[in-house]
Amino acid sequence: MTVLARPRALPSSYASSRRHRGDPMRWVFFAAFLVVTFALMLPVIIIVLTAFKPASEVNAFPPTLFPHQWTLANFEAIFSELPFGRLILNSFGFAGGVTVFALVFDSLAAYALARLDFRGSRILLIVIIASLMIPFQATLIPIYQLVSQLGWVNTFAGLIAPRAADAFGIFFLRQFFVSLPRDLDNAARIDGASEWRVFRSIVLPNAVPALLTLGIFLFVNNWNDLLWPLVFTTDQNMGTITSGLTLLTGPGGIIPQGVMMAGALLALLPLAIMFLLVQRRFIESVASTGLK
Amino acid sequence: MTTHNLVRPRRYRPPAQLGGRTPLNGSFKRRATIVGFLAPALIILGAFVAWPMISALQLSFTDASGFGTPEFVGLDNYVRVFTDGEILQSMGNTALYAVLFTPTAIVVALLLALVINSPRLPFRGFFRSTLFLPFIVSLAVAAFAWSYLLDPQIGLLNYWLQAVGIRIGNVLQDPTLSMPTVVVVAVWKSFGFYMVIFLAGLQEIPTSLYEAAQLDGAGGWKRFTNVTFPMLSNTITFVVIVALIAALQAFDQIYVLTGGGPYRSTETIVMQIYQSGFKDLDLGFASALSYVLLIVTLLLSLLQFLFFGRRSKDINS
Repeated sequence: MTVLARPRALPSSYASSRRHRGDPMRWVFFAAFLVVTFALMLPVIIIVLTAFKPASEVNAFPPTLFPHQWTLANFEAIFSELPFGRLILNSFGFAGGVTVFALVFDSLAAYALARLDFRGSRILLIVIIASLMIPFQATLIPIYQLVSQLGWVNTFAGLIAPRAADAFGIFFLRQFFVSLPRDLDNAARIDGASEWRVFRSIVLPNAVPALLTLGIFLFVNNWNDLLWPLVFTTDQNMGTITSGLTLLTGPGGIIPQGVMMAGALLALLPLAIMFLLVQRRFIESVASTGLK
Repeated sequence: MTTHNLVRPRRYRPPAQLGGRTPLNGSFKRRATIVGFLAPALIILGAFVAWPMISALQLSFTDASGFGTPEFVGLDNYVRVFTDGEILQSMGNTALYAVLFTPTAIVVALLLALVINSPRLPFRGFFRSTLFLPFIVSLAVAAFAWSYLLDPQIGLLNYWLQAVGIRIGNVLQDPTLSMPTVVVVAVWKSFGFYMVIFLAGLQEIPTSLYEAAQLDGAGGWKRFTNVTFPMLSNTITFVVIVALIAALQAFDQIYVLTGGGPYRSTETIVMQIYQSGFKDLDLGFASALSYVLLIVTLLLSLLQFLFFGRRSKDINS
């Protein structure tokens, strides 16, 4: 935003400011922000670099940023300590399943709240927003009792079903749908289109950025969730990569920090790749259509 | 929030209903449509949010422990919540955490969004993606990386700070610094998400508004207070609500980093719920505590809606 960056003395219109590409202050600004970014990224950098360090260097004083000797020993160790391939598959099943179901169910409910003016819709919205405030730890005991009565402990159903719809997603999408212009869907309604058709052919295609944003949000949150898979899976082969990693630091797990960082890097990699693939469209399309 | 809202009539009726009351022949079909859209989500939320809340409320009036038949104990659990010194301390800690976390996260996220949104910054896409990265790191992993960086013996951050004459010591073992440290890790983990939401809001503001402000001779700060801030008010409301809820429910990073210590300085309400519910199996008391947290959170968000209400047309219209 030009607000912070541009001193008053600069040319008075935005078009002319673009001509100042060669402005040397631009690169001072860039260098300063690069330093800030490096400082903010230090924990990620340390995970990546420590994962390739031999144990002797991980605990050495004085500490160094880069490994002197690069090694893959930490990665070999993590696959021999844990059923790592299986854990990665479980993480994809759990986080992917929750994402798909929640996107479908949340968008349907959000459409009803944003577009189908019905009696009690405002109260329902307030109840849904209020339920956002419920810490999930508060209901974990009754949810666990319910899931175990259904015989769903250690199954994907038990992991996914309780999260197949969520108040945050409904609220988030409803806010987005409300901001979309109604001219198009009104025109379609006048032409006799059903609400389902308006939803599918007009609102959803215009809501791709919001769905992408929410989808990434859901996937990342569930991939990274720790308490949920710990509670609903007692069988280590049903655990996720995040809950599996805690076994390394848990009781009796005196695991070198280098191995832990290798596991952390592998847990992070799919999310980082996924985000880098879609980030341009993700952020830019959000900006062009608007996001609450 | 958008310009669309400004031109939209306050109360919209679909064309079918414009001609008067809902036509009888459309009424059943319309109701069925509404139910069809809402049912899947409401069934899930009913079974896994609403029912567990009722179940937890019942538990809160009993001495349930997971074994034997729970007995009704009236308000005993609630009395304990407000008289137990440890619980009162954890409430204070939670308030402190929320007061430190919410404004810090929002200011950091907004400042970074403003810088990245500046057309003068080269390689904006690179910064945008890089700074979002912490959000996709799990709290457990983030906590692990931070404790390694802050380690008093082998921590790189500690070593570098000492080189420039700053001694922070063992921050996670220092009762006055443990809470700020836990907050720093939480802010680090979440600023990327709030930043992306602010960026989207900023890019939605029409440049014509800035051009007009500039023609009127408004400087950088004036343009921020008169154009950016009002145009962002709905985005800010949204971020404040989400950040505050996250702060009051803080658990993971504290569990991993300090376990509530040292000397209970980072013990929060949810830490206490976890301890009494899953460790001590004092289900009745844990449920009462959950309800108190729930009510405090609801009151806070109600205040917030009243405060922001006039501007947030989305909720009111």
